[in-house]
Amino acid sequence: MEKQRIPIILKIKQMVTIIIAGLIVIWFLTPLVLITISAFALPEDYYQIEKVIPTHFTINQFKALFFELEAWKAILTSIKVAGLTMLLSFVIGLPAGYALSRYIFPGKNFLKLLCLATRMFPLMVLAIPLLIIFMKIGVSDTIWGVALAHTAMVLPMIILISSSILSSISVDYEEAAMIFGLSRIQAFFRITLQLALPGLAASAIFAFIISWNEVFVATILTLTNRTLPAHILSTAMASPDYYKFTAGFIMAIPAMVFIFFVRKHLVTMWGISLK
Amino acid sequence: MISFSRREKKWMPYLLFLPVLIYLAGFVGYPLIKALGIAFTSEAGKLSFENFITLTRDYTFWKALKNTLLFLIIIVPLQVILAFLLALFVNSRFKGYMTVLYIISIPLALSDVSAALMSYNIFTSHGFLNKFLMSLGIIETPIYFFGLGLSSRAFWVIVLTELWRATPLVFVILLASLQMISKDYFEAADVFGFSSWQKFFYITLPLTMPSLQSALLIRTLFAFQIFSVVWLLSGRDIPILAGEVYYQQAELNNFRLAATYGFIIALICILISWAYITFLKTKHLEA
Repeated sequence: MEKQRIPIILKIKQMVTIIIAGLIVIWFLTPLVLITISAFALPEDYYQIEKVIPTHFTINQFKALFFELEAWKAILTSIKVAGLTMLLSFVIGLPAGYALSRYIFPGKNFLKLLCLATRMFPLMVLAIPLLIIFMKIGVSDTIWGVALAHTAMVLPMIILISSSILSSISVDYEEAAMIFGLSRIQAFFRITLQLALPGLAASAIFAFIISWNEVFVATILTLTNRTLPAHILSTAMASPDYYKFTAGFIMAIPAMVFIFFVRKHLVTMWGISLK
Repeated sequence: MISFSRREKKWMPYLLFLPVLIYLAGFVGYPLIKALGIAFTSEAGKLSFENFITLTRDYTFWKALKNTLLFLIIIVPLQVILAFLLALFVNSRFKGYMTVLYIISIPLALSDVSAALMSYNIFTSHGFLNKFLMSLGIIETPIYFFGLGLSSRAFWVIVLTELWRATPLVFVILLASLQMISKDYFEAADVFGFSSWQKFFYITLPLTMPSLQSALLIRTLFAFQIFSVVWLLSGRDIPILAGEVYYQQAELNNFRLAATYGFIIALICILISWAYITFLKTKHLEA
């Protein structure tokens, strides 16, 4: 009897696992699938209440949104802002991350705490004063303004993530290089950086996504040079339904593509940055 | 190339950190002080509590505060529990768990604007839910979730959307910490004949506690700033603190009140952080 019972329990366990996993997958994928369908659906099909799933598809909404409603401009703006944010945060943050990972110095804990504290701070408090400051220096309503604000938001995270990634690369490599005559800087660029590149690239894309998705500060700081989410926030709800879905789809796709590329580093990155 | 001398090595870390400190001082520190200044300055330009008094007299402020806290209390605990269950499930490393992991992580890349639009797609009068129910004959006319006077229904759609969108954030943190629990503990437990429940309560739970606490804290702070999902799905029918900042600034052009709202948000966030750190003694935040 024992020999026959055990496989059955295992089989039940297997089935339950598959059912739960299936439910999870359905729960997370359904809204994505549905908005993709709606983004391409013909408006007539959408407004027909009997048709649950549209049968006719079109890319007209896409074209309209892209060109007439100038979504391409917003997308370009978003790309520029996110790119700038990525660059700035790395140029400023990577050295600090290196310092945290390789040196022990008084005030190290304080600086780490500072990064964490800034990370947890609501960015929206800064939106208003930043707008006023930017108006004075003349960068309000520009790509630079939003990028600067986004960098402030992303910087602490980049510092913590890059410090963690660099810590995982043994100092021995650098020290060996220095014994062979390379300076510290050379050792860093030729060896450590190359080894850390995958992780650092993933966190760069991560910074890009965060800037890409940020909506509150981007909306407040701009009027004409809007990033995609800011543009959608102000125009989407006023447009007919089918435009809303196309807009939502446009916003979601690049993000999902990026996440696909960095999926291996996902757990480590979010795990580190938010701890 | 010259290699650095021993003396230079002492101030190197500080030099490397300098750009960060300058940047943060300029783009976070200075605006913060300025925000403080604006919030405490009256129309006439003098130091006063005038803005705060105006705020507390406005019933929308209290509504916004109540709604924000309501969202917080309902969404965050649910998310943490769901995320923990998901993390435990995925951590059991069943066949194909990597794919499930990627799928769960997809909302990480989505903005709240996209998530709001996805919910709208499902729950609106011509949306998939209504069409589906009507085609099955369960309902005759569409159920309306959004619109004036339907804010209680929209509330729950918002809760659902946030659950869908933000649970993966907590999930990833918890999974990371679960994966770090050394297998040795479980092997030792097996030697002592622990049951699965005992293993959970005496090993898993205590070791993930710090992570649970920081996930709770972070999620609370972010949930407090909830904006796009509410704004897109219910406009100002459900006022929330962040929405009021936006409304005061973008539509009323009253930067003083907007800054005051922002200040209050920041203040409460600081209070929440302080409360968590004091009462939950999350030592590792300082590590």
